Amino acid sequence: MMQGIQIDLISEERLADLTSMERIRLILDRVREGTIVILERGLAPEEQSRLVEMTMQEILPDGFNGIEIESYPAKAEETHLIARLLGRKPPTRLTVIGPANHIRMIRKDKDLISAWISTG
Amino acid sequence: MVLGQTTSRISKFLQKLFRKRRSKIGIYGPPNAGKTTLANRIARDWLGDAVGAVSEIPHETRRAFRKQDICITGSNGHSITIDIVDTPGVTTKIDYKEFLEYGIEREEAITRAREATEGVAEAMHWLREDIDGVIYMLDSTADPFIQVNIMMIGIIESRHLPVIIAANKIDLPDASPQRIKGAFPQHPVVPISCIEGQNIEELYEKMVQHFR
Repeated sequence: MMQGIQIDLISEERLADLTSMERIRLILDRVREGTIVILERGLAPEEQSRLVEMTMQEILPDGFNGIEIESYPAKAEETHLIARLLGRKPPTRLTVIGPANHIRMIRKDKDLISAWISTG
Repeated sequence: MVLGQTTSRISKFLQKLFRKRRSKIGIYGPPNAGKTTLANRIARDWLGDAVGAVSEIPHETRRAFRKQDICITGSNGHSITIDIVDTPGVTTKIDYKEFLEYGIEREEAITRAREATEGVAEAMHWLREDIDGVIYMLDSTADPFIQVNIMMIGIIESRHLPVIIAANKIDLPDASPQRIKGAFPQHPVVPISCIEGQNIEELYEKMVQHFR
């Protein structure tokens, strides 16, 4: 049987139909199972904050020990005028989230994220 | 007697209504940046006592601690009265095995890891619900571009909280506060050494200017 790591690429549309909590649950459930999740469009700051909080609540000794997350920052021009007036920051762009014991970010530039994935 | 009770209730209501609410200033940052050292220095300088223990082991602070009623006065005579909230270092992963490297026994390491996870969750909750301003603490010898820093600054900005970035450990030879200024040009950055007390006065000046 072929062994390896599952990678799920989730489209912006798929996430857009979900509530904040559903998005976080979807990501965390997959990452806890060992899947690396790549989001076409990232999470809002509030969602990132809740993702960290929920990740912490699910860490277990000799089990799930947290996540690695990396993303490109939002482009300034993506902030629409109304959003700016309301003080909203746009969500980040492409985001990689994986189990901390399987993925390590080794390099990040403004236009390149490089990760090392371990199957062991 | 009824009149007395009524007067007392009105008095309490008026006190509650007009009492000046103190801002809660959270000290946030990654583990081992020097958050508790700064909280202790602020408390010692302005109150005469300390907040919590410090050590080189990451996640020494595993609960948020609040020190109340700290009155800081700037050189122009203006002062602010704030509560300082020292928070556990923010991270996205905690493995108890990291504590074993510091000679800690397995059971104690597991307990520390569990407390650390609770502490990080608590710190995030404080930031969303109760914090009015942030001192974001960074180690000047470390890479400021890590995702936790980018994410935390994004969260703080999305909540429109005033923030001062403290570039700590400038007493060390590898320190580069300039790199931190380059990473977060949109925010005031104050290079400091909490241990040596270097430039702490400038941080207090900035706090008086930025926090209400």
